[in-house]
Amino acid sequence: MSLSLQDVERVASLARIAIAPGEAETWQSQINGIFELIAGMQAVDTNGIEPMAHARDPVQRLRTDEVTEPDLREKFQAIAPQVEAGLYLVPQVIE
Amino acid sequence: MINEGLKQLSAALAARRISSEELAREYLARIDQLNPQINAFITVNPDATMQEAKTADAMLAAGTAGPLTGIPLAHKDIFCMDGWRTTCASRMLENFVAPYDAHVVGLCRQAGMVCLGKTNMDEFAMGSSNETSWFGPVRNPWDMQAVPGGSSGGSAAAVAARLAPVATGTDTGGSIRQPAAMTGITGLKPTYGVVSRYGMIAFASSLDQAGPMARSAEDCAMLMNAMAGFDARDSTSLEREREDYTRDLGQPLAGLRIGLPKEFFAAGLSGDVARAVDEALAEYRRLGAVTVEVSLPSSALSIPVYYVLAPAEASANLSRFDGVRYGHRAAEYGDLTDMYQKTRAEGFGAEVKRRIMIGTYVLSHGYYDAYYIKAQKIRRLIAEDFAKAFAECDVIMGPTAPETAFDLGAKNSDPVAMYLSDIYTIAVNLAGLPGMSIPCGFDSRQRPVGLQLIGNYFGEARLLGIAHQYQLATDWHQRVPAAVA
Repeated sequence: MSLSLQDVERVASLARIAIAPGEAETWQSQINGIFELIAGMQAVDTNGIEPMAHARDPVQRLRTDEVTEPDLREKFQAIAPQVEAGLYLVPQVIE
Repeated sequence: MINEGLKQLSAALAARRISSEELAREYLARIDQLNPQINAFITVNPDATMQEAKTADAMLAAGTAGPLTGIPLAHKDIFCMDGWRTTCASRMLENFVAPYDAHVVGLCRQAGMVCLGKTNMDEFAMGSSNETSWFGPVRNPWDMQAVPGGSSGGSAAAVAARLAPVATGTDTGGSIRQPAAMTGITGLKPTYGVVSRYGMIAFASSLDQAGPMARSAEDCAMLMNAMAGFDARDSTSLEREREDYTRDLGQPLAGLRIGLPKEFFAAGLSGDVARAVDEALAEYRRLGAVTVEVSLPSSALSIPVYYVLAPAEASANLSRFDGVRYGHRAAEYGDLTDMYQKTRAEGFGAEVKRRIMIGTYVLSHGYYDAYYIKAQKIRRLIAEDFAKAFAECDVIMGPTAPETAFDLGAKNSDPVAMYLSDIYTIAVNLAGLPGMSIPCGFDSRQRPVGLQLIGNYFGEARLLGIAHQYQLATDWHQRVPAAVA
C-alpha cells in the first residue's frame, strides 16, 4: 500500500494545508515510509475483537441544562486576527 | 537552595528561613544565566513571577499556606495560563495570550506555587527530541550536543539544569518519561483521566495525560497531590476520591513482584541501557523484590497502532487552527479556503503537517476500517496483554527508551527512526496505565539512562513508593550536570 502523488494532494486539500509546487513528492516519500511501518498491523488477526476507542471506556457524564459560563466575548475576541462589531471577519463566502 | 527537594524547600519556607520572593529570584537569575544556552524556556515573565511570589509570601505570613505554597515551578507551554503567552511551540500560536487557566495551572496557583515560565517542547507535543519546536531545539544539560528528548524536553532540561525544582509535562506516547530518561530526572505519567485535560492544548485526546516532572519520586508525589483531581470540564476526568500520593513512599519492597517483559529486553536495546537497567534490577532484588518474566506479545505493534490513532485524533483536534478565532492568519489570501490553506501551511511545521495528513488519510472514506478501526482493535489486544501480565506481578519494569540521548540532528531527516525512540513507552498510553521513568545510571558518554516503571490502573502512589525506595538506596537522581553545577 502506498500513496500516489494525487493521494497526497487530495489529503492535503482535505486537511486544508496548501502545498507548494514540488512539495508533494517530499511528503509522498515520508508518508509512505510511515505507512510501511503501519503495515505491520495488517498481519494480525483481529476478527471478533471489539475496537478500543478509549483507555478507560468512560461513560459520557450528563449535567443539568443551565448556563455555567459568563460572557467573555470581548476577552476572547481581543486575540482574534480580525473582528468587527463583535463578529469574526472572514473572506466573503456568499455572493 | 537549588539542590534541595520540595520537602526541604517547603520546610525552609514555612520556617521563614527563605522567602518565596528570594527563591523565585534565585531561579530567575539561573534562567537568565543558562537559558540562552539551553533554551528550556520559551517565555519568562519576571514581573508576573515576582507578583505570584509576593502573594505566596503573604499566604505564608497569614498562616494559610499549604505544603507547596511559595515553591517555584515551570509549566510546559501546552498549558493555557491566563495572561501568559501560550505557544505550544508553534508558529500558529506564536502570539497567543491565553484567556484562561488550564485546570492544572489553576490548581498549582491555588496551592500557592509560583510560575517561573513556560517551557519549550516539540510543536504541539509531536516529537521525541524537542527539535520540532518553532522556537528552536532544547539542549541536554548533560551534553549540549545531545537532545533532551521530547516532547516535554524543555521541562526535563529545566529540572535537570536546576532552572526549576519541578515542572509539569504531558505524555501522549512517552513525552514525560522519554525526556525524563534522557535528562536524568524523574517523571510520572498518571492513569488516563486522573489529571484534567481542560486547558491543555489537545494532541491525541484519548492518550494525552499530564503529570509531574522532578528530580525525585518524592517531589513528583508532592506535585501530583496538587495536579490530580476530578474536573467536570474534562469529560474524561474520573470521579474519584482525592488521594495522598505520598502515602506509600515509606512502604518497604520485600516481596514485591517485578515483571520483566521479555519483549523490552530484545533486539534494538543498546548495551549501555541494558547494563544500567540490569544493575537497577539487581538493586531492587537486594531491596527484597523478586523478578519474574512476563510477556507483552502485542506491544511490538504499539508503534504502528499509535501512528494511526494519534494522527487521526490530531487531525481532528488541530482542525480548530483555522486563522479565524485566534492564532496565526496568513497575510495574503483569496477566498476562505485559500485563507485556511495558507494559514495552516504557514502556521504548522513539517512534523505536524505530516501527522495531520496521515490522520486525515486514515480517517478518509475507504480507509477508515482498514486503518483506524484495525488499530483500535489491536489497541485492545495491547491493553489485554498488560492485564494478563499484572496477574503475575505488581509492577512492570524495563528501559524507558532503547538508547540514551542522541545527538542534535541525528534523526531529523528520518521520522521513522525518531518514532522508534518511544517503542517502550507508547503501549502504556494505549492501555491508559500509569508509568514512570527514574534515573538509573549513565552510558559510556555520561548521558543518563532511565528505568521505566509501569503500574496497574490507579497504582501511582505505589509506583512512586517503589521509585522512592530505590532513590533512598541510590544517588543517580542527585547527580548534577557539570555544565550547570
